[in-house]
Amino acid sequence: MKIENVAKQYRLGMVGTGTISHDLKRWWYSIRGLEDPYIKLGSDNKHEEISGDYVWALKDINLEIKKGEVIGIIGKNGAGKSTLLKLLSQVTSPTSGTIKIKGRIASLLEVGTGFHPELTGRENVFLNGAILGMTKKEIDSKFNEIVSFSGIGKYIDTPVKRYSSGMMVRLGFAVAAHLEPEILVVDEVLAVGDADFQKKCLGKMKDVSNEGRTVIFVSHNMTSIRNLCSKGVLIKNGKIDFIGDVDKTISNYLKDDNLNEKDIKTSIDSSLSTYSTGDAKFKNAYISNDFKSQTPLNILHYQEPFFIHTNLLIAKKLSNVCVSYKIVNEYGEVITNSYSYNRKELLSFDVGSYTITFKSPLFLLPGKYALSFSIFHFYTGESIDLIEYFNPFRVLKESLNGDKEYPWETVKGYVEMDEDWIINKNK
Amino acid sequence: MVSNEEENWTLIINKKSNKSILQILKSIFSYKDLLFLFVKRDFIAQYKQTLLGPLWFFIQPILTTITFTIIFGNLANISTDGIPQVLFYMTGITFWNYFADCINKTSNTFLLNQGLFGKVYFPRLIVPLSIVITNLLKFSLQFFLLLLFWIYYFTISQGFFIQNTILFFPLLVLAMALLGLGLGIIISSLTTKYRDLSFLVTFGVQLLMYASPIVYPLSIVPIKYKWIVLLNPMTSIIETFKHGFIGVGVFEPFWLIYSFVVSVLLFFIGVKIFNKVEKSFIDTV
Repeated sequence: MKIENVAKQYRLGMVGTGTISHDLKRWWYSIRGLEDPYIKLGSDNKHEEISGDYVWALKDINLEIKKGEVIGIIGKNGAGKSTLLKLLSQVTSPTSGTIKIKGRIASLLEVGTGFHPELTGRENVFLNGAILGMTKKEIDSKFNEIVSFSGIGKYIDTPVKRYSSGMMVRLGFAVAAHLEPEILVVDEVLAVGDADFQKKCLGKMKDVSNEGRTVIFVSHNMTSIRNLCSKGVLIKNGKIDFIGDVDKTISNYLKDDNLNEKDIKTSIDSSLSTYSTGDAKFKNAYISNDFKSQTPLNILHYQEPFFIHTNLLIAKKLSNVCVSYKIVNEYGEVITNSYSYNRKELLSFDVGSYTITFKSPLFLLPGKYALSFSIFHFYTGESIDLIEYFNPFRVLKESLNGDKEYPWETVKGYVEMDEDWIINKNK
Repeated sequence: MVSNEEENWTLIINKKSNKSILQILKSIFSYKDLLFLFVKRDFIAQYKQTLLGPLWFFIQPILTTITFTIIFGNLANISTDGIPQVLFYMTGITFWNYFADCINKTSNTFLLNQGLFGKVYFPRLIVPLSIVITNLLKFSLQFFLLLLFWIYYFTISQGFFIQNTILFFPLLVLAMALLGLGLGIIISSLTTKYRDLSFLVTFGVQLLMYASPIVYPLSIVPIKYKWIVLLNPMTSIIETFKHGFIGVGVFEPFWLIYSFVVSVLLFFIGVKIFNKVEKSFIDTV
């Protein structure tokens, strides 16, 4: 499969009377055999600085995928991943460029597409299978397998409107899992269902890739990307930022642009909040190696004590709240999670600015980490402000004064416990 | 690079790739199982959880016929060319309903199916095609009902007879299907960006019925204005059927051919437009 210079342009805003004048102009140009007058317009897909009516959701995408490769596509929300999948699955066509595909392609942007609530599970298996491109004969021959994979069993002759949403998803995935295309395009469908079923799905996906078929997989779950894919493609602002080994792609993705040893970003732009009610805002956050130190660090030494400081601006009086600090690894997985409630009463804040300092009793093993922190209502669990993957930092193998060094070549694990070894000879 | 394999692409996606009618038909044929399943779905789902079930297929035309008989037949006293009123109206209604259902239900293909179309690719034309076929099943049931009435009236009154223009029947149904489908998919393609037309469809079809010889025979239209009514391609389709089936109505080969040509033409134009729109409608719908 080959993707050449593919680009996709979208018009911003609503379809209204303004659009028809553009349409007419475009039509007038095409009649005279000229190029689309709007094709040269349009900003790159950078969400903060879009000007004008047009935006390139994807631009200059060149990618070659060989048979049997399992590719993970990653990128932030809105980077253009889904647009690329839509183009690949022919839901919409590119504004320019060409995609060439060899072999039968099936895409799975959603499970259970086209399920009709009034029809029974059995009827829907056939309908859904046919929508995904299977013939009746193929479905017939795999029907029993599909039903046993889904675990629906005796509910198969009940209308799916009586199913729980979990059952619906399982049946949908069961059908999709038995597709046998040469190229499979999968959007984050694995993010559904219970843990057991997710495991089953991942296993099935692995089988598919082991059979030598090509899989293109989009997900935010770095763990499943790492488990499944051999190669990664990082999309950023509508362009391919990195292609290569999957681990490298993931760490590239998680690496903040501003990770520069001299220039550490400590202030938090409000756009960085994953979720915020506005009642409280984290204004800045940094790591230091001393309780009083105001010097932010993004490099720590082996066994160097560290402190996490945040500045919290309270806009509304709050009570019964709790603050949590998390340390995440370079793949975004949470490795420690500390709540203020573990050590203190529930917190109350008056309007104003607060500094919250956290002293870590443990040391981190060498590696790359970042911070996530949040403030939330203790009783409802509702977040007030939530910042994820902030201030990436590194822990070196060397200790601060150079007298000690992490002795192992590869680092396994994340945290060095405050441990003691006691060795006695048995009599 | 393997240069000699360069040409063997199964699928090429770009902006310009316009399929020919033949390619479209071929792609539909490869999805014939899906077409069949859609028809089954629509047919089954329509009357699920109703007490009377498929009986509703019969109740609709019967109630409409009774209403027409009372209002147009008895109150307005419109001639039915000597044919029993019930039979006259039911013939028209059975035919018209098929055409109207085809237009109404295919004209919002894109709007109603955007969830499905946005997630997976299959030849989009399958959906309106399945609607036309589902309606054909419904039409054949209703035609069966019409046949029962015909037999009943034939035995009691004998005021009418079959003529050999009845042999056109399959062609007439086909023309009607093509016309309904063609218009429907043209409208559905045009409404993806601008919804204005969708307001027009429902009552437009209703108004069009009065421009077709359903509640009146073509014979009472003044000769001067007859050609206007005949410009409506449905007119000669219905009149030819009435001519064959109950022995009244006007059979004019020229206008019949005109209707066929218009139907086929609209169908091809529809398929072309539909095919152009289906590639990127999801961005604008």
